[in-house]
Amino acid sequence: MVENMLDVEIWRGKETGRFETYRVPNGSSQTILDVVTWVQRNVEPALAYRFACRVGMCGSCAMTVNGRPRWTCRSHVSKVVKSGRLRIEPLYNMPRIKDLVVDMTPFFEKWQAARGQFKPSITRFDPMERISPDSMRRRAVDAGIECINCGVCHAACDVVAWNNDYLGPAALNRSWTLANDERDADRGGLLSTISRSGGCHSCHTHGSCVEDCPVGLNPAAGIAGLKRMTLTGLLRGDLG
Amino acid sequence: MTDARLYLLQRATAVLLAPLVLVHLGLILHAVEAGLSAAEILQRTRGSIAWATFYGLFVLAVAVHAPIGLRNVAREWLAWGGRWLNWATFLMGVLLLWLGARAVWAVVGGGL
Repeated sequence: MVENMLDVEIWRGKETGRFETYRVPNGSSQTILDVVTWVQRNVEPALAYRFACRVGMCGSCAMTVNGRPRWTCRSHVSKVVKSGRLRIEPLYNMPRIKDLVVDMTPFFEKWQAARGQFKPSITRFDPMERISPDSMRRRAVDAGIECINCGVCHAACDVVAWNNDYLGPAALNRSWTLANDERDADRGGLLSTISRSGGCHSCHTHGSCVEDCPVGLNPAAGIAGLKRMTLTGLLRGDLG
Repeated sequence: MTDARLYLLQRATAVLLAPLVLVHLGLILHAVEAGLSAAEILQRTRGSIAWATFYGLFVLAVAVHAPIGLRNVAREWLAWGGRWLNWATFLMGVLLLWLGARAVWAVVGGGL
């Protein structure tokens, strides 16, 4: 019996490099990460790639598959394969280190630049604040808080590709959850930070982040919310 | 000026321009359909405070709206930024204002 095989092109190298083609057995229910692991264990031991949890929680294994960024551990080959072929390359919009591994430093620096840290308004000695789970702001936080930092939305975003200063959908989604956190002490400072050049107003609302987010978040809606919040702040004179 | 202010100005002028553009297009269609000559059009517009206000507002809104959009395009597609981009944006606004003001004067001036 002839084994069902896949033709898998995998990027080898750094910024410059080439696609190498491998013949990989097309097993049932296998994921893209399974395919990459098979190549590394059976054909190309020097192939570099990242993964950790394999169950869609850690956000380490994102790669570009047939032109779209995906979490490879939860992407089934059968759903993304085109004419028996797979083309796997590193995430776009981040510097390439080796093969399928990108340097995520600029990505996380943007989280810092978007003031991604929570600023407490009380100390540990104060009584805990009571936040109603039904409040509008808490519901907005809940809708955005499950980000796994995989970088898929950042890689999918055209504005990130065009504008080096742009903070990107993941960092701004974090800002959105903080801006809606009633316990955060410096909402005005946060809104001023994301109103600078490359902040939320640079978003074109293309929606690629929504389209490709593996956990079904809607960063574009959060960014639209930030635009509304900053405009309200500006009209009220709260924003510098 | 912060990006938030530019964003606000561009959206506010867009809200203003939306009805103005529709009226302007309707006017062109009407003028063509009615077969009005240039002299007949000028006869209606010369000295008209209403048309001076309408097109004056139109030109002001365009002079604010368009340079901000061009600034964004230049920043994203030409990787242009900094003080020179701000000056270019300002100069584009002045140029549009000047050209627009001349056009408005040409159709409503003379009787005012």
